[in-house]
Amino acid sequence: MGKWSRRAFITAGVAAGGIVVFGVAIRRGDLSPETAALVADEGDSLFDVWLKISPDNTITAIIPHAEMGQGVHTTLAMMLADELDADWSTMRFIEAPAVGQYANYSLGRGFVLGEADIPGWLIDSVDGFFHAITRSINLQVTGGSMSVRMTGQIAMRVTGAATRAVLLEAAARRWGVDAASLVARDSRIWDASGDRSATFAELAPAAAELSLPDKPALKDTSQFRLMGTSVPRRDIPPKVDGSADFAIDIRLPGMKHAAVMAAPVFGDSVLSVDPSSVRDMPGVRKVINLGDAVAVIADGYWQARQALNRLDVRFGGSGNENREQGDIFRQFAAALDTGKPRTDHKTGDAEAVLAAADDIIDAEYRVPYLAHATMEPMNCTAWLRDGHCELWTGSQNPLEFAHAAAKALDLKTSQVTVHNQYLGGGFGRRAFADVAVQAARIASEVSYPVKLVWSREEDTRHDHYRQASISRFRSTLDTDGRPTAWHNVYVNKYDPEEAPHIPYAIDSQRIAYVESETPVPWGYWRSVDHSLHAFFTESFIDELAHAAGRDPYEYRRELLAGQPRMLAVLDLAAEKGNWGDTREANEGRGIAIHRSFGTIVAQVVDVAVVDGKARCKRVVCAVDPGFAIHPDGLAAQMESGIVYGLTAALYGEISLRRGAVAQSNFHDYPMLRMDEAPEIETHVINGGGTLGGAGEPGTPPIAPALANAIFDASGLRIRELPVSRHELGATGREQQDVA
Amino acid sequence: MITLSINGSEQALDVDPATPLLWVLRDYAGLTGTKFGCGMAQCGACTVLIDGAPTRSCVLPAQAATGREVTTIEGLNRGRPGLHPLQQAWIDEQVPQCGYCQSGQIMAAAALLERNPEPDDDAIDSAMSGIICRCGTYTRIRRGIKRAAQLIRTQDRDDPATGVIDAETINDETIDGETHDG
Repeated sequence: MGKWSRRAFITAGVAAGGIVVFGVAIRRGDLSPETAALVADEGDSLFDVWLKISPDNTITAIIPHAEMGQGVHTTLAMMLADELDADWSTMRFIEAPAVGQYANYSLGRGFVLGEADIPGWLIDSVDGFFHAITRSINLQVTGGSMSVRMTGQIAMRVTGAATRAVLLEAAARRWGVDAASLVARDSRIWDASGDRSATFAELAPAAAELSLPDKPALKDTSQFRLMGTSVPRRDIPPKVDGSADFAIDIRLPGMKHAAVMAAPVFGDSVLSVDPSSVRDMPGVRKVINLGDAVAVIADGYWQARQALNRLDVRFGGSGNENREQGDIFRQFAAALDTGKPRTDHKTGDAEAVLAAADDIIDAEYRVPYLAHATMEPMNCTAWLRDGHCELWTGSQNPLEFAHAAAKALDLKTSQVTVHNQYLGGGFGRRAFADVAVQAARIASEVSYPVKLVWSREEDTRHDHYRQASISRFRSTLDTDGRPTAWHNVYVNKYDPEEAPHIPYAIDSQRIAYVESETPVPWGYWRSVDHSLHAFFTESFIDELAHAAGRDPYEYRRELLAGQPRMLAVLDLAAEKGNWGDTREANEGRGIAIHRSFGTIVAQVVDVAVVDGKARCKRVVCAVDPGFAIHPDGLAAQMESGIVYGLTAALYGEISLRRGAVAQSNFHDYPMLRMDEAPEIETHVINGGGTLGGAGEPGTPPIAPALANAIFDASGLRIRELPVSRHELGATGREQQDVA
Repeated sequence: MITLSINGSEQALDVDPATPLLWVLRDYAGLTGTKFGCGMAQCGACTVLIDGAPTRSCVLPAQAATGREVTTIEGLNRGRPGLHPLQQAWIDEQVPQCGYCQSGQIMAAAALLERNPEPDDDAIDSAMSGIICRCGTYTRIRRGIKRAAQLIRTQDRDDPATGVIDAETINDETIDGETHDG
């Protein structure tokens, strides 16, 4: 999978050729006998691919997403259970196996079609089409803040409602009554009098013989019993007593341990490696040259690490060894100076407006590369025997992991089984299969299972990084202080395509980008392009407000007129964040609003500047996801997204030195800690309309809200992140007010 | 070969005594609740209690723990049935997200509550800032500690004999010997 864009997605489908054309014949609900055996036991009845009813009347949701702390297993099971009217206390869930039939057709469909409503007569074709595409590109992603709004809405709720319909029908036939006279509740079907009932399990075998309706009636919000409530997450109890199994915790009979070191300079290869340098060390089993990395297998992980540190190895060959971070930014600046920008979005004629203007307001912003720094370092355990490869890992895309490992070992994807575990953090990093490919290749050299664990240093230096970028803006104001042009050119576009777009009513806009390649591998990083563009656009609109001599909140309000949902979120944040209240001399307040992944988030930040450093004291967050399926889970994701974005805004910086990543561990890639963590309060608006995501939308607004607060406190405009690069004064507001 | 007292039981383990305690616990004693995060005492995911003091096991040679009592997340409740008040509070407040750092967080919090049954925000900051949470659960951890403190007080009042946190002697040396950031 390359760039994850709608365009690439469709291209992949088209490239699959005939599969797409004939794909319309694939009927959802079919599981092959092999796949059914993976998820169901004797006596279980399967409905669609997402639900099974067992003879003891437990209901199991089969969830095609990874649990990485977002509560997805609980929330999706809850959506299915609610539509099914299942008894929550006996509801179970399992994670779907990494096989084609669990590819994210619903995710793909929602992603490609955006928020478009699909005409009813197209539904079957569309479903088949996306089944085919998602399988052909091995997509089983947990990402894009998609799980609830795509899989939840399209797969879980529809399956729950459709199964409920056939259970009602089966009961009606058994009792010779009209299905409309029956009700479903607590995993039973009851007749109207309440005298007679049958369990779902009793009815399931007959119901499974009926065709599931394609478009069952879904509940409206007033009928929800579970959705909209904060049921306790099921993954939490094992996470408080050490019993939750992360991939790094897997133990297999005869298992050995591997440590790996990839060429530090991007693009380099192993020039030479001398296994004799470590052969006599205790526990050492084997040294493996992977071409761009070396690995040591030993009886214990510590032994493998010690040996790797001692190993005589030389890397080289890429010619990147003199690349410095300054070179990258110079290259970006040159691309902006001389490149021909590709237009992202255009309305009116911003160039003409600016050419005719007397006063131009311009600004240039920069952001660095960022690593994900999941708490659980990358790891994968692999075991190759009898031509079959098993992987134990934490993956945001297990189907792609299986595919990538199969390709590396010259196997079929069906010869690789992925046992996905709890993820010790994902944030986009665990969509990349590099560690699984390494583990599979290492295991292919031996007969026993091998657990490969990256050091923190390896994890920091061989991430897939959020891009560094430069973004330039030009604008001009009319006599009322309103911007009449918005001209923005930035470096390198990934995804989502709308990330640099602004919600403000400005007639003439041109948003464009230039491309400038670097050897630094790119990856999805929580909120992807939104993470930088919200900083750029919400900082620049703040600059325009100040240039106009206006209050930044009131200025945004005026430019958002006619967008009631945006305004409601902005107003709520301002109200709960005490926008108009006075601040201490060294304190400032900033605001930002950004819509991403279908969810609108506004944040008000209170910052104190002490000893030249910014301390974020309080964040008030207002969020409208359409409808909060699990309100506490949504709040938790806002808290998490804010801390993640705040950490990056304050400290996050990955830089290139002599062709390699200069940072290596938490001492030089620091994280926000308890004593720096702000108070966070989240206020939810159920604004209606299409459901938005939760995992990512909390992140984008925090950097600009922080930077805007720092400007309020100190008069210093942060145009380059992280904030830790800047020495902050503390007397700015008075000066600014005087000026 | 090394003999360690882990969670109240003596264990003889066939491992180089210079191996960091973390890897001895995980790879040789089979106690995987204690996590590897950084390997240089920066993140606190590997925090265990040694004679009650929170300690970074990733940089402590196992031999330094001989003759002392090692407590890991698996032994937090000392074999008593049910949950430790911190575990209950963590569930009540829905603290963990990915959960990977939470063993370290809970062990550090347990040490804090032993020596300070009613910690204020500053005490929590000082005891907990050595342990990184990338999911940003800090506000909930803070609430969880306060709730656990309350649970312990209630338990002690109701039935001092079954109070889960023992009122063991805490000597000054233990407190002085503790470090928060490696």
